[in-house]
Amino acid sequence: MTDVTLDTVATATPPARRDIGLKRRYAAERRFRLYGVLAILVGLAFLVVMLLSILTKGYTSFWQTTVSLPINFEEKVIDPDNKRATDPSVLVTANYPALAQKALAEKLGIDPKNKPMMTRLKGFLSDGSRVQLRDVVVSDPAVIGTTRNVNILAGANLDSAFKGQIDLTVPEERRKVSDQQVEWMNKLKADGAMAEHFNTGLFTFGASSRPETSGLGVAIIGSFYMMVIVLLLALPIGVAASIYLEEFAKKSRFTDLIEVNINNLAAVPSIVFGLLGLAVFVNFLGMPRSASFVGGLVLTLMTLPTIIIATRAALAAVPPSIRSAALGLGASKMQMVFQHILPLAAPGILTGTIIGLARALGETAPLLLIGMVAFVANYPATPFDPATALPVQIYMWANEAERAFVERMSGAIIILLVFLMAMNITAIVLRRRFERRW
Amino acid sequence: MKKALLTASAAAFALAASAGYAAARDQIQVAGSSTVLPYAKIVAEQFGETFSNFKTPVVESGGSGAGIKEFCKGVGENTIDIANSSRPIKKDEVKSCQDAGVKDIQEVKIGYDGIVFATDIKGPDWALAPEDVYKALAAKIVVDGKLVDNPNTKWNQVNPKLPDWDIAAYIPGEKHGTREVFEEKLLIAGCKKLGGVEAGKAGGLDDKAAEAACKAVRKDGKAVDIDGDYTETLARIDSNKTGVGVFGLAFYENNADKLKVATVSGITPSTETIAKGEYPVSRPLFFYVKKAHLGVVPGLKEYVDFFLDDQMVGPEGPLAEYGLVAAPEGERKAQREAFDAGKSL
Repeated sequence: MTDVTLDTVATATPPARRDIGLKRRYAAERRFRLYGVLAILVGLAFLVVMLLSILTKGYTSFWQTTVSLPINFEEKVIDPDNKRATDPSVLVTANYPALAQKALAEKLGIDPKNKPMMTRLKGFLSDGSRVQLRDVVVSDPAVIGTTRNVNILAGANLDSAFKGQIDLTVPEERRKVSDQQVEWMNKLKADGAMAEHFNTGLFTFGASSRPETSGLGVAIIGSFYMMVIVLLLALPIGVAASIYLEEFAKKSRFTDLIEVNINNLAAVPSIVFGLLGLAVFVNFLGMPRSASFVGGLVLTLMTLPTIIIATRAALAAVPPSIRSAALGLGASKMQMVFQHILPLAAPGILTGTIIGLARALGETAPLLLIGMVAFVANYPATPFDPATALPVQIYMWANEAERAFVERMSGAIIILLVFLMAMNITAIVLRRRFERRW
Repeated sequence: MKKALLTASAAAFALAASAGYAAARDQIQVAGSSTVLPYAKIVAEQFGETFSNFKTPVVESGGSGAGIKEFCKGVGENTIDIANSSRPIKKDEVKSCQDAGVKDIQEVKIGYDGIVFATDIKGPDWALAPEDVYKALAAKIVVDGKLVDNPNTKWNQVNPKLPDWDIAAYIPGEKHGTREVFEEKLLIAGCKKLGGVEAGKAGGLDDKAAEAACKAVRKDGKAVDIDGDYTETLARIDSNKTGVGVFGLAFYENNADKLKVATVSGITPSTETIAKGEYPVSRPLFFYVKKAHLGVVPGLKEYVDFFLDDQMVGPEGPLAEYGLVAAPEGERKAQREAFDAGKSL
């Protein structure tokens, strides 16, 4: 019915329309939308593949296999000559792995005199047991002579086997875990003595050559020091420079030159800043190598242009009417800037700063040259002590030969991504909350 | 305000810098070869655990050349104490060291390392000779006494006993210390055997140029330089099942469930064959100690002694377990004695 009327209307009054290519233009638009969707899909696909590969490889690193053993802290092993009252250092150097080994042999019902069997136990428990048991004894020497249950870390290969990451179908001599060890592992698993626990060590241990006792502790502290230094130095310098350039400096060739240079610096590869840091801070000023303070200075130089550009954009976005109003009411130029412009530009400045910090957090290249890509086992007490950074630790673990480091590397990437995401979300929240539109 | 901010920052900067000067270094600093790095890490870690009065040494990676360059920057707290190296220090490096005031350098040989060829575990057995490697991977090879551009595209053209695979080899990049061993023990050795040096000279090259022509690797994509580490090489083999990769012995042993190793000149690489000197593609590993820092940097002497102790570098020690080939007993003893005697280069 309606069709008919429409048809009749259409045929009754034929519109004398020009051909304006409506169909072609709509088709072009549809095609463009399609390209856009495709571009987004490609980007998303890569992101999903990357995240999936990291997550599937890395989530296991948050668990660590331990063996719960009743350790008999025998006096005749720890302190055979009973010297600990006069010489406490015997407690530090005692043969603790032997205690763990003995407890494991007992648990598995192996005769300690059966040497071939005892050698097969090698690698079942982590050598980190030395430090683990030493810490127990040193913190409480009264434990000597008693028996106490301790969760000893399993060796890296056993840990991988327990998590099912070692293909047990390949011939025994080609893999790192023997059939005998697998049998013991299954026995302990059935007993409930061998189990996975949350891997706190991943966050607290320093670097180590053993996967099971290596962690991000030093890297997290190093990254934290550097972020604090970057924030303390880059924010005031960057904001001061941009306020001067934007509000006070007269436009001249000189300021144009500065502007070009700042934009240029923002695009300079980060390794160049590392070279600069090595030449100026380490070689000329004689600052210590591998120190997070020097790393912080280098990253400050790298972040400055980003902060200056973001701050200038934020300052320029404040409408001139605010300036005129402030000046018209008798404010000095400085009062105008600090009481009116800066508060309004603050969200933009903070966003720029956080994004700059996030970029600095993920940098490795400039740190390579100032010696921060290093094996550092001790916590840095001050920013002048040797330290590493999160991305550096990822790089170091990626270079390791042992299988168990692969999951740790992916785990570290997950942790770094979480930090970055937290920073970027903060930036978005700050912007949403304080942003003003005119 | 701006001025105040700037002065405050500058003041903080200067203060911090002077604090940096003031704090005496109580931690050994080591840098250099990425091949030696895992061994140095193991020793550093155990050193820190055993000697509770010293901090765990800091070990940087970055390559032999870069490590020696840092080492030769001079004497003092902000220079490193030890340079790890996968090759002996060169004469011009010693000279640049001495020019910078590093007069006495003590050389310590820690053991041997071997590089191996390996293919995917499911592939057939491989038996290579230096000639095969030269004929497959050199840019120019000898045909009828003349150097011509390498025409080979398949391994069985090189040697009928090798499989019918397209040549795809993943070899250490030019900045790797391993590259030198690869060039010297395989390319140049194979080249000499096939008369490449004579052919080069006949073509009007001098001794040096003829040798350089021998070790030039083909650039047509059949030999791929890997500038990263062995993990990258392994990934390449994973994605190209007919690829051949060059690995460190330790790396291969850690991944023996994924890789199959090739024999070179009929010898299967292992710690035993390398220690005996039978396996041709091996090299000694070193570190260099700054003598002026001994007794100044706390723990440095103890660290070197600990490193050279048989419980570390011996055939039963953790380094051997990781893949280092221990030097024969006499050599280890000589190293200890030379270090104690303070013998320097």
